[in-house]
Amino acid sequence: MSAVFISGIVVFVLAAFVGLEVISKVPPTLHTPLMSGANAISGITIVGAVIAAGAGEGTFAAILGFLAVTAATINVVGGFLVTDRMLEMFKKKPGRG
Amino acid sequence: MTELLYLGAAVLFIFGLKQLSSPRTARRGNMLASIGMLVALVVTLANMEDIGWGPILAGLAVGGGVGAALALRVKMTSMPELVAAFNGFGGVASALVALAEIERTNSLFDTETGVVVALSLAIGSITFSGSFVAFGKLNGSLPGKPVLLPLGQPINAALALSAIGVATWAIMADEALGFWIVVAIALVLGVLAVIPIGGADMPVVISLLNSLSGVAAAMAGFIISNSALIIGGALVGAAGFILTVLMGEAMNRTIANVLFSGFGAVTAGPAAMSDKPVKRATPDDVAIALAYAENVIVVPGYGLAVAQAQHAVRELATILEERNVNVDYAIHPVAGRMPGHMNVLLAEADVPYDQLLDLDQSNPRFGQTDVVLIIGANDVVNPSARDDETSPIYGMPILEVDNAQTVVVVKRSLSPGFAGIDNPLFYQDGTMMLFSDGKAAVESVISAMANV
Repeated sequence: MSAVFISGIVVFVLAAFVGLEVISKVPPTLHTPLMSGANAISGITIVGAVIAAGAGEGTFAAILGFLAVTAATINVVGGFLVTDRMLEMFKKKPGRG
Repeated sequence: MTELLYLGAAVLFIFGLKQLSSPRTARRGNMLASIGMLVALVVTLANMEDIGWGPILAGLAVGGGVGAALALRVKMTSMPELVAAFNGFGGVASALVALAEIERTNSLFDTETGVVVALSLAIGSITFSGSFVAFGKLNGSLPGKPVLLPLGQPINAALALSAIGVATWAIMADEALGFWIVVAIALVLGVLAVIPIGGADMPVVISLLNSLSGVAAAMAGFIISNSALIIGGALVGAAGFILTVLMGEAMNRTIANVLFSGFGAVTAGPAAMSDKPVKRATPDDVAIALAYAENVIVVPGYGLAVAQAQHAVRELATILEERNVNVDYAIHPVAGRMPGHMNVLLAEADVPYDQLLDLDQSNPRFGQTDVVLIIGANDVVNPSARDDETSPIYGMPILEVDNAQTVVVVKRSLSPGFAGIDNPLFYQDGTMMLFSDGKAAVESVISAMANV
């Protein structure tokens, strides 16, 4: 295995543990926004999609790239917006707790 | 430098998720994560040479428009469908990235790249088709009941094995066709895996698909050696995994059991009920009980969301609070169709988040509660889960409402919940049954309050 690949695996494993640690502290009240927000983050694949779409190697690759960018952008834009919409509604009662 | 900027984007994701752990900072956290995404996108574009802008701009415009329209229009009750759909889009995007890589390189991969390409394709495709089946089940266009196929599990196992076989061949022989076959098998597998799962198990399924969409993104990150994708994908994979485990615990079931048992397809036997006497209540009885209570806890279930009763419940709570009655809400983890769904619905109805209690917060309080008002919940308040070892739901953590002085159950009829199990709570001494649609019931109690 190449060094790049192995360091990728190291990063993946460590990031997964960071994720487990950080996310296990999210209270049940926020689980839906957590999921839709995390969902938007999984749209980071937009980076790969843009590289594929912009490489311009033959029309078929460009079509695949276009579809990838579209799907990833739906995920990113929709995910962050809907999470914001939900979080805006979570308000504390004035004068309690 | 580029690498550091990608790392910066990933750090923003982590900070963003961290701030999601409190309702106070959550909105800012989401904002931080979206800035991280923008950074990653700009860095990528800045680093490309000879960019073919056409497909990129078209994709950003179409995707941005569709995503924004969906996000701004969706009703809060439909949130589970939307998240399912977004999971699917994330999955398919990662699979498409892998396909484009196959096109670009004529599938001349070294073994390790071949493996991550195959994984990205398989996981992305399963996430895509599985998510859209889940979407269909949640919005009612597919039957919500478990659809059990004959030989379902042997077929799925055979499909999974053949996908592994074909992928091995594709990697060894550098065959693009093989990778496409993997996509086809994975798409079928996603459908067959989710079809047998019942609507009530959807919280587990959506969480799992959420996790998979992250893993698919991480695999795409290995293909293009990009740390932002690997880290972002791993974070989402972890988030989905935690939620999957929590939902499974809340139903006292293992993930394997949810995925492979088709729970609810078999109608449980001992549903002989209805001959036992129950105490029927009128809206006036309920209004009196509530008005003279000190502490009231509302237990909302999915029935409340279906009846769109959350605003009426909030109105009732306001009236009670004006009479100095203390009102809180006890929310079981699987009360909605996705984790935390009920909390969002109540937040939408302007219920302050500090009144939303989870399982551990609410159970110690039922002993000091005068009236528990249950609307559209059944199995999650069924004492059999605690007391009756022969019950199919035995061991499932419940809201122990039977410790309260008076329990008011708003329900259409005495029909059992999704598990098809009788609920002894209904026949208990301190229980009153108000047979009605959730919203109509709460509204009639509100008008009865005027005379109390």
